[in-house]
Amino acid sequence: MQVYLDNAATTKMSRTAIDAMFPYFDEYYGNPSSLHSMGQRAKEVLEEARVCVASCLGAVPDEILFTSGGSEADNQAIRSAATIGARKGKKHILTTAFEHHAVLHTLKKLEKEGFEVTYLSVGRVGNVTPEQVAEAIREDTCLVTMMTANNEIGSILPIAEIGAVCRERKVLFHTDAVQAVGHIPMNVQEMQIDMLSLSAHKFHGPKGVGVLYARKGIALTNLIEGGAQERGKRAGTENLAGIVGLAAALKEATDHLSENAEKVAALRDKLIQGLSGIPHSILNGDRVRRLPGNVHFCFEGIEGESLLLLLDEYGIEASSGSACTSGSLDPSHVLLAIGHPHEIAHGSLRLSLSEYTTEEEIDFALEVIPKVVERLRNMSPIWRDKMNGIKPFLI
Amino acid sequence: MALYSEKVMDHFKNPRNVGVIEDANGVGEVGNAKCGDIMKIYLKIENGIIEDVKFETFGCGSAIASSSMATELIKGKPLSEALELTNKAVAEALDGLPAYKMHCSVLAEEAIKRAILDYYKREGIPYDEETFREVECCHGE
Repeated sequence: MQVYLDNAATTKMSRTAIDAMFPYFDEYYGNPSSLHSMGQRAKEVLEEARVCVASCLGAVPDEILFTSGGSEADNQAIRSAATIGARKGKKHILTTAFEHHAVLHTLKKLEKEGFEVTYLSVGRVGNVTPEQVAEAIREDTCLVTMMTANNEIGSILPIAEIGAVCRERKVLFHTDAVQAVGHIPMNVQEMQIDMLSLSAHKFHGPKGVGVLYARKGIALTNLIEGGAQERGKRAGTENLAGIVGLAAALKEATDHLSENAEKVAALRDKLIQGLSGIPHSILNGDRVRRLPGNVHFCFEGIEGESLLLLLDEYGIEASSGSACTSGSLDPSHVLLAIGHPHEIAHGSLRLSLSEYTTEEEIDFALEVIPKVVERLRNMSPIWRDKMNGIKPFLI
Repeated sequence: MALYSEKVMDHFKNPRNVGVIEDANGVGEVGNAKCGDIMKIYLKIENGIIEDVKFETFGCGSAIASSSMATELIKGKPLSEALELTNKAVAEALDGLPAYKMHCSVLAEEAIKRAILDYYKREGIPYDEETFREVECCHGE
């Protein structure tokens, strides 16, 4: 049995999205910048996709910029806000300690360029409050950038409340909504979001295409110079098939959002309940404000990479914030941010579901995971020391 | 997964010599939980020969495979040969390790050296300090 539980990494494309894309590889391969009929047809399709995406997000079409994905959108949003801020002498940015690296690494670069960044603590649960944001905003704050939902531990941040604080204090608010869009309701107007990043392949669309939503009037800084595509803000011939696929997948996800979320969350809760029975394990992330498809645990006494490899042997494809999978000795910054010691952070497992996940698959995972955890614990010297009372249990 | 060679995967999935030797006369532990790797080697040495060897490992796939391979390479061998086992030999026997996983083979070499050093100390056998210089300090929590 092959059980794919790594939907936070990427998803299977929906049939609707594949079918929508196909003509733009084949019959209608025009360049939207061309003046002939083939080109103009491509241009129309591009603009239809923009209208579709805008309506799914509560935006207007002019506010939608197609990018190569979530990382590019994050980079451009932050760079743009920094440029605007610097012009007014405002060089302070507020964020959280558990953002995606597309955000964190861009901020690190800005720090080297003279910006000051405050990383809000996310506590044990892995969340922030609007009060924390309100307290940390300064006179010279030019941007608040906070993810809508965390990619590892699934916590959903109070984005609407944070948006309200930022609007009141007249500070630009960007959110990396890569894990959220298509899975939980998102409306940029209602949530008072100034800029938002999303990526198609997280909601059954194609890889290599994303969106930066930027509220009208926000002057964007180009990351890619060249032609006048995307209102001159993102050069390069549009990835038309990808954009069409993104729009089709987003519309499908938005149309079925509540039924999918309900179904996926029920399976998630079954998985959480079952895995909670493993002794010395802990569920990470916000239990209540949680992505419908996210399950994230730490198991004491074992290491994440060996857990993933063994699960793969059983056909279960999962993920971990484990250092060993990324070639670094440091465990996930997200798990350290919620206060886990390194030892515990090394033993992490992320299972991310989608609406294609079945109950049989969850039952199978619940049968296999406890066995694999036990097998690894039985060969772990640190587990033996804990069982013999030589070392203390940490969870 | 193409991350590891077939041999690494074989030793990871079917590790040889896993467990504890209750009456071991040489035990060596290296690594620490902070880095995500702990390796512990148990030796039963008789007449200068490694009659039995077992290991326990907390760590990634290549750490478990390296421990397994290292125990295979020294089982039944005289101590002099076991002391000559290098991390490179462990990695080569596994048909190679990714560059950033080479430290796993280093841990295996060091764990064996530590276990032998422990045996020498327990038995009051004089030893060449130079051989054990690298494992005498700097490990553990």
